[in-house]
Amino acid sequence: MTAATSLITLIALPFLGSVIAAFLPSNARNREAWVAGALALGALAIVISLHSAVADGGVVRLQLPWVPLLGLEFSLRMDGFAWMFALLITGIGFLVVLYARYYMSPEDPVPRFFSFLLAFMGAMLGVVLSGNLIQLAFFWELTSLFSFLLIGYWHHTGAARDGARMALIITGTGGLALLGGILVLGHIVGSYELDVVLAAGDAIRAHPLYLPALLLILLGAFTKSAQFPFQFWLPDAMAAPTPVSAYLHSATMVKAGVFLLARLWPVLSGTQEWFWLVTAAGLSTLVLGAYLAMFQQDLKGLLAYSTISHLGLITLLLGMNTPIAAVAGIFHIMNHATFKASLFMAAGIIDHETGTRDMRRLRGLRKALPITATLAIVASAAMAGVPLMNGFLSKEMFYTEALHTTTPFPLLGELLTYAAVVWGIFSVIYSLRFIHGVFFGPPADDLPREPHEPPRWMRFPIELLVLACLLVGVIPGRTIEPYLHTAVQGVLGEATPEYSLAVWHGFTLPLMMSLGAMFGGIALYATLRRFLLNRVDGPPLVRLVGRRIFERTLVFLSWRLARPLEARLFTWRLQRQLLIMVVVTLLVATAVLWGTDFSLPPIDWSAISPGLALVWLAGMACAIGAAYMAKFHRLAALILLGGAGLATCVTFVWFSAPDLALTQLMVEIATTVLLLLGLRWLPRRIKDARSTVRERSRRLRDLVIACVAGGGLGGLAFLVMTRPLPDSIARFFVERAYSEGGGTNIVNVILVDFRGFDTFGEITVLGIVALTVYALLRRFRPAPESIQRPKQQRLAAAHDDAHAARPRGDSIPQHMLVPSVIMRLMFPAAGALAIYLFLRGHNMPGGGFVGGLTLAIAIILQYMTGGTRWFEARWRINAVRWIALGLLCAAATGLGSWLFGHPFLTSHTRYIEIPLLGALPFASALLFDVGVFLLVVGATALLLLALAHQSIRSHRGQGVPAPTVSRKEKS
Amino acid sequence: MTHLPILPVILPGLAGIILLLLTYASVSLRRALNLIATALMVVLGIVLVGVTVDNGYQVYELGNWPSPFGIVLVLDRLSAFMVLLTALVAFCSLLFAVQGFDERGKNFHPLFQLQLMGLSIAFLTGDIFNLFVAFEVLLIASYGLLLHGGGRQRVRAGLHYVIINLVGSSLFLLAVGLIYGVTGTLNMADLAVRAGDVAPTDLPLLRTGALLLFLVFAVKGALVPLYFWLPGAYSTAGAPVAALFAIMTKVGAYAIVRIYFLVFGGTAVVAPIESLLLPAALITLTLGMVGVMITPNLKRLVSYMVIGSMGTLLIAVGLFNEASLSAGLYYLAHGTVVVSALFLLAGLISQQRGRARDHLTPAQAVAQPGLLGVLFFALAVAAIGLPPLSGFLGKVSILASATDSEAIGWVWAVVLVTSVFTLVGFSRAGSVLFWKTSGAPSEPVKATTGHIVPIVGLLGLMVVMTIWGQAVLEFTDAAAAQLADRDAYIEAVMNTPRALEAQALELTMEETP
Repeated sequence: MTAATSLITLIALPFLGSVIAAFLPSNARNREAWVAGALALGALAIVISLHSAVADGGVVRLQLPWVPLLGLEFSLRMDGFAWMFALLITGIGFLVVLYARYYMSPEDPVPRFFSFLLAFMGAMLGVVLSGNLIQLAFFWELTSLFSFLLIGYWHHTGAARDGARMALIITGTGGLALLGGILVLGHIVGSYELDVVLAAGDAIRAHPLYLPALLLILLGAFTKSAQFPFQFWLPDAMAAPTPVSAYLHSATMVKAGVFLLARLWPVLSGTQEWFWLVTAAGLSTLVLGAYLAMFQQDLKGLLAYSTISHLGLITLLLGMNTPIAAVAGIFHIMNHATFKASLFMAAGIIDHETGTRDMRRLRGLRKALPITATLAIVASAAMAGVPLMNGFLSKEMFYTEALHTTTPFPLLGELLTYAAVVWGIFSVIYSLRFIHGVFFGPPADDLPREPHEPPRWMRFPIELLVLACLLVGVIPGRTIEPYLHTAVQGVLGEATPEYSLAVWHGFTLPLMMSLGAMFGGIALYATLRRFLLNRVDGPPLVRLVGRRIFERTLVFLSWRLARPLEARLFTWRLQRQLLIMVVVTLLVATAVLWGTDFSLPPIDWSAISPGLALVWLAGMACAIGAAYMAKFHRLAALILLGGAGLATCVTFVWFSAPDLALTQLMVEIATTVLLLLGLRWLPRRIKDARSTVRERSRRLRDLVIACVAGGGLGGLAFLVMTRPLPDSIARFFVERAYSEGGGTNIVNVILVDFRGFDTFGEITVLGIVALTVYALLRRFRPAPESIQRPKQQRLAAAHDDAHAARPRGDSIPQHMLVPSVIMRLMFPAAGALAIYLFLRGHNMPGGGFVGGLTLAIAIILQYMTGGTRWFEARWRINAVRWIALGLLCAAATGLGSWLFGHPFLTSHTRYIEIPLLGALPFASALLFDVGVFLLVVGATALLLLALAHQSIRSHRGQGVPAPTVSRKEKS
Repeated sequence: MTHLPILPVILPGLAGIILLLLTYASVSLRRALNLIATALMVVLGIVLVGVTVDNGYQVYELGNWPSPFGIVLVLDRLSAFMVLLTALVAFCSLLFAVQGFDERGKNFHPLFQLQLMGLSIAFLTGDIFNLFVAFEVLLIASYGLLLHGGGRQRVRAGLHYVIINLVGSSLFLLAVGLIYGVTGTLNMADLAVRAGDVAPTDLPLLRTGALLLFLVFAVKGALVPLYFWLPGAYSTAGAPVAALFAIMTKVGAYAIVRIYFLVFGGTAVVAPIESLLLPAALITLTLGMVGVMITPNLKRLVSYMVIGSMGTLLIAVGLFNEASLSAGLYYLAHGTVVVSALFLLAGLISQQRGRARDHLTPAQAVAQPGLLGVLFFALAVAAIGLPPLSGFLGKVSILASATDSEAIGWVWAVVLVTSVFTLVGFSRAGSVLFWKTSGAPSEPVKATTGHIVPIVGLLGLMVVMTIWGQAVLEFTDAAAAQLADRDAYIEAVMNTPRALEAQALELTMEETP
């Protein structure tokens, strides 16, 4: 296996394992652990095998094209630094898997656990091995997602849910900021490839966009590494199962932030901005975390705040702008990972064995858990920075740097030194609490469970890690030095400074500080022990508000603010929606026309015929009246609407547009009648006599807006119609209608030929409208007050009842006898008229639409005068089929032209010799028009049927026979 | 003579008519026919995309009337892309619908196909009035589909939907009238020519027409402040219908691209829109995602997601440059697919939660927590724009394409901050739906494989779009380049063989009086 293929295997293994684990049965705790452990071990082996390739500043690369257009390669890159991280991730990952095998209870859904854990491991490896910054952000967000799932693993508890969500929101947000920062960086450099970016440090630092890029990237790093003021998510993430905490808070997740800081150290550091921002965040986190850790009563809480504090230390070291401090930072990353992982595992064992993590209840565990106690004591000593432990070495380096740092403000240097010592004291105190408080003293007798040593292999990971702490602490030169050197070279390259990891430097000032902090810590612990033990959970003096603000904000957003805001931003009210629409239209139109110098053309009042003017006045009055009456007097409004329509109709006639007039007339008739039939089912609206001032002013506002909008519309129409005609495509239609379209009625030729495709679409619309109305009315249940029969029918029924000789339901047909006979006689004539109008359409006013409407109106009249049952007993129109056939006819005509090699809807005209009649012009468009005809009849009939069947349905079961016409026999 | 450009219209049209004729035939026959027709539509979409990869335009002159006098259909990369996307989303939602939803009312199958026909016409037509007709077809068909299944909520939301959109249609007609009155043409390419040399005195009028038309598209595309109709309509529609509707808002965006990027692009007409679109899109994105964050209902959450993703898409369009348009098209596909899948999933979740339905309140656990949970998680990840799904690439490409714009600060800030809003919204929804549960369901309602397959299919599409992101982006790049080249479009549409013939005839007629 070449180094490059090793890299991709390394990334793929955990994800593969994640998928496998997800599909294992939920009770197979051992099998899952085996799979996960084997894969983690395999990954670890690969990492170890790659050491030689990166040992002397070497870099292993693998590039696969992914989306080059975005500057995105799938690019893996391992240098010494990435190698070190990969080692931590896989190594501690393996130990955590082993530990979790014993820790997790058989009742827990273990496949999910191992699946998430391995996926998280893969994502983390992706972060450290990415050779492309966008890809890094990609994996970065994946770690946020999988950590969310891991923290929320025990989602039946509220703490886990809230902790997981908070972690996701904080770190996910940081990830988005990071993405922004990376995009800026890419914009500066011109590439997202890490190699290119790392080589462009000077250009980046000098660029005007440096600061925004830095801020965004730091936001990403600080949120992930729980730096002040984003530290609050980390303690809540302790709701996760302990193996998860051990993994997330030692070697992975939170280390991603400092990883990024170190990764980009060569290009971003060295400026004042970097120094101030990073040092400030690191320093405040360092002190704050340690301070808060002292006051925790929960073992894991203590470790969580200690983690925050140590991350602050690493951040601080990276912020100091000196290579040697960076070395210390990198060194501390490794040290912290080892001792913190082991401490979390030890805390887990204590929790597992005693059933509690509360330090107020735990004491004297040394007796029950001797081995675990020893291990935890050693690890805590490393955390406190006791000599001969690995933590001591990096702490010494920190102290040295704190003393030597050069800042523009000498005061700051001093502050740093004092802060370092104070931090040392706090660390000693909380480490002592862990050691002395938990393991020493008289054994507790009120524990939920009787503690025993855990299984051999559950302890093994801790043993291994503690051994590492010791070996590194005692003989750093033999153990860690070459590896640290590899890692440091990966970051600093040629700028790698001289440094020494010796345990003994002589009696130096840093050593004095260390010893001072240690004894100070012990003394203070002795004094404060009782005070600390008897407190409630949480620190005095400092009350952290970050988390509170976060929670309050969420609650506020999702409860308090949500409803009013949603109602306001996304109103349900139609009236408001329409108002906004009209106002926006008005504003937009006004904005465009504002300031442009053109006015309405002068109106020649004398040219207006008084007759037409009168018609228009009447039409306008009708329209306004219809709007005025619409709310409470629907019938009146409808009649007035008909008046307005008629005025339009007359106007068309006036300006010699008989086709339009005819169509308009037919449409007016059909719609008015259908609406009238529908009106019967609407509930009555009661006018409220009292109208408030507010209501009246609202109506006035609406009136004004309506007038302005209508006036504007009229003005625009007038403007367009009075300007000279442009050279338009209409000329073509006029010229070719007869010569090529075969018809002298240009309107009809346009409809069925020039723009037949539009007509095809519009008849489809008509058909769908009818289908939809039918479907809608089929489910319509009228208001109770509308169900009662109309007054006339009730009177007739009463009349029938009063006369014993008259069967009930006899009167109505008699009343309707004369009109129904006339209509029946008229029906053939109306049908003939329809066909006539249809046939002549190509040359004279008429056509399929008008013809269809004529026939439809004839049918409506039959229904109205004869009654639904009477008519349907004779002719049951399958209206849906008419619609379908109409569409089919139109479409088939269009497709027919394919046979002749012409596009869809190409028409053909020729004279056809018909016996008796002679040569007649025939256009294939006529067939298309047949489709229109059929569809219009079908659609109108379907609307009619919907209404007619409504009245039959509603009266059924009322004990009153519907107005059936049993006249047939009598007449 | 190739009839390729009209096939996407003919196929669903005929299928719709036949399904209408078969109203009383057996359910399985109608389902099979519809599925076959929609599957063919997918194949056709792939063919169209394949054809347009290398070729320029295919112009189809309906009725054999020469352009610009008759109606033309113009097949280019953008229209092929849209047709394919429509077909894919339609196929998935149909698969879901045939699990029983289609039988909850009449006419589902014909309406479904006619809706597809309307969409195809909208994407292919090169005629502005024909675009109006297409809008009518899809509006009415969608209204019918929206009401499918019945219920008080649906009827009410449907009424609002249809009224608002009919007002929009009137506005459309008015705008087309204005534009025709000034330019004397309806053909888009001809319009492009004439808009280029419109007299200064006519400019305000033409601009008014163009702006009114823009408002219509803004209504369709749910641009602020004309998005009100959307949450009600989408959240009450049946799951597969809402899933299909995901493409409907995109028609508005498509039309904006077609008319203002291509037809009026670069002319003085488009200036007011150039200054209007970006701010409106930024506000739309913000408000949409605020909605996602605060709403107490899953389906409404997804509806707000639709608004938000329209905002993102229109930001890309509103930057008015080729690179961002390409990024926008990629995001368009992603946004449509993810929202579709979310609507389907929301339907399933709502079914399994008893009386709580899709309200984000603690309730009984869903019957299939693992399956639905994984799907929800994956879709939420995609919707927020987190890796590893296509939302991440979409967002990255839009952000990267904004680097040369003056508005980069705004664009970046809004896109990134609103991502946080969605993160908050989805994590809240997910933890309430899947984690904050009280007990197992009393009568478990389980989703069938047929319900799950379409959701997984849509997820698969996003995976494909991520892994083969390069190929997709190459295509959208090419589509954007084609849209940026107005002259080629005009040349292709105005100088078809038939049109040249007609021009020659015109000349000879002028010479021989």
